[in-house]
Amino acid sequence: MANLIRGAVSRRTLLKTAGGVSALAAFGATPLRYALGAESLKVGMMLPYSGTYAKLGENINMAVELLVEEKGGMLAGRPIEFIKLDDESDPAKAPENTNRLVSRDEVDVIIGTVHSGVEMGMVKVVKDSGTLLIGPNAGAGAMTGALCAPNIFRTSFSNWQPSYGMGKALADRGVKKVAYITWDYGAGKESMQGFADGLATGGGEIVQALMVPFPETSWQPLLAQIPGLGVEAVGVFFAGGGAIQFVKDYAAAGLRDKFPLYGSGFLTDGVLAAQGDAGEGLETALHYADGLDNPRDTAFRAAFAKKAGRDADVYAVQGYDAAQLLAIGLEAVGGDMEKTDAMYAAMGGATIDSPRGAFTLSKAHNPVQDIYLRKATGGKNLVTGIVAPKLADPATGCSMT
Amino acid sequence: MLTQLLNGLQYGLLLFLISSGLTLIFGIMGIINLAHGSLFMIGAYTAFVCVRAFGELWYALPVALAAGVLLGAVLERTLFRFFYAREHLDQVLLTFALVLLFEEARSLLVGNDFYAVPVPAILDFSVPISADFSYSAYRIFVLLVCLALAGLLFLVIERTRFGAMVRAAAANQEMVQLMGLDVTKIQVAVFALGTGMAVLAGALAAPLYSVYPGMGDGFLIVSFVVVVIGGIGSVTGAFWGALLIGVVDTLGKVLLPGIAGMAIYLLMALVLLWRPNGLFARSS
Repeated sequence: MANLIRGAVSRRTLLKTAGGVSALAAFGATPLRYALGAESLKVGMMLPYSGTYAKLGENINMAVELLVEEKGGMLAGRPIEFIKLDDESDPAKAPENTNRLVSRDEVDVIIGTVHSGVEMGMVKVVKDSGTLLIGPNAGAGAMTGALCAPNIFRTSFSNWQPSYGMGKALADRGVKKVAYITWDYGAGKESMQGFADGLATGGGEIVQALMVPFPETSWQPLLAQIPGLGVEAVGVFFAGGGAIQFVKDYAAAGLRDKFPLYGSGFLTDGVLAAQGDAGEGLETALHYADGLDNPRDTAFRAAFAKKAGRDADVYAVQGYDAAQLLAIGLEAVGGDMEKTDAMYAAMGGATIDSPRGAFTLSKAHNPVQDIYLRKATGGKNLVTGIVAPKLADPATGCSMT
Repeated sequence: MLTQLLNGLQYGLLLFLISSGLTLIFGIMGIINLAHGSLFMIGAYTAFVCVRAFGELWYALPVALAAGVLLGAVLERTLFRFFYAREHLDQVLLTFALVLLFEEARSLLVGNDFYAVPVPAILDFSVPISADFSYSAYRIFVLLVCLALAGLLFLVIERTRFGAMVRAAAANQEMVQLMGLDVTKIQVAVFALGTGMAVLAGALAAPLYSVYPGMGDGFLIVSFVVVVIGGIGSVTGAFWGALLIGVVDTLGKVLLPGIAGMAIYLLMALVLLWRPNGLFARSS
């Protein structure tokens, strides 16, 4: 038995060497095994393929596949093998799931995920294993803050960024007193901090924070408090189905005219149709918008619609850029991921030609990007201006800055 | 403050619809039904599916009630009746298995998305109740429907022959059997009634809370608190318990946001210290 195995190994080695000699002649300095085109690159796609965020996960997945297809199914000459894993948006399962990709499937890179709590579990595992991680959505501040690392990148946003933009837009208009309502969890609190920091640029402040347990929708008692708070406006962070319900309840409570509602763009992204009249006219801030009208965005939207059979959204853009960033890194080292330092340096210094507009990465590996002000008009989040150009996250606690 | 009392009242009445069935099933059959929250979830998804198919919530309410009653009767005949004599642990395992089955079925049939359910067009307006705050007409409608159902249930339990049988069965089942009454019929009827109420509550609540996976879990736990506070097997207890919890939870969120999550459990602890069997417990 032992003999057989040894025999098999030596035969493979022999073939490889033989192939290598001929390949060396053809490709010069390019490392042998990649020039042979035999060894595929394993990309672990750890995303929510079920649950509240399933649609977001699918769009990210589609966009990553789209970029790889556009590059002919290969990045830097290496065929791409996707290993999909449903993280179920369950933070409790995150370490185990990430370990499975790292240890059992031995992936070269992980792209994921949507839910911030799951992302934190992934970050902790790859900090130990050293596996390259590219975050296509989750905005948890710590990922590119206290827990930042050379092998951890993000192509989406930090929770702080869009909300800072919205707060700053209100500060620019002279708004001083605001109430803030959100789910009592990481993303909600970090968004509130960003909003407060933006508001503070004009001397404004959040006078009352109203919190609901995630993902409950029992905010009716909190809405009834708003008229008594003496505020000029209400800031908000909700996303997905919760955002639909909240915007409708807010309008039904008759609050919209007296206490205008402002939030990060997730309040209206992908849910405007369901919000109907209640959503029309809402102003939000985000790193992406409808009506950007640049050729890159137009081409991306057309290609995504053709592949997926539905319109692209901000999640698709973030997924596409995660794949773009990986491609940049791989191309810089000719597909040889052993050259870790050179690859990460190329990624960190990259300018990503994103549909949202070109952006660079901060030293903490979070996008430095324009934050757009948008207004919900006829079911679209139309861009009305740039409220915070080239905005970088403060990256509090990151040792790389 | 008046608005907040109204909010508490509305939440409490909805809780009553769920917990009345829970308390009856627990009181008469001795079954701890962990799947009761899933029934609420089933109702909400039924509403969502009906609205998607027919466009209006009105069709969903009778469908949900009928489906709930039928489901209750079927479950009682095919599963629960074999578990009356068994230990609580066996019952808990059975109902927990049902929770998993219902959630998986929901996942296969409707998916795992978070969906908003539109209110019926005729009730899609708001009623100003103070200078700065309005109440959606649908919210008021739910409040009135819950109140009407509570009244109806009360009449049935306290004033009819069937109600007398149910109350007797809750107090002493063996005696009821010795008197020559058909306990099996009572059991099926109570199960069907309790399940129907929970499913209907879910359908009514769908436009208020949206529908999402596991949405029944929170309601289940609070409903158990209601049952414990009110006294096991007592519909009257469930009514006052639910209103108390609704108001305390709402005011807790407003006045003591820091400990809002704890408020109802503190209340439960206090009630149990004062009356260990609940506010309206029959002597045990």
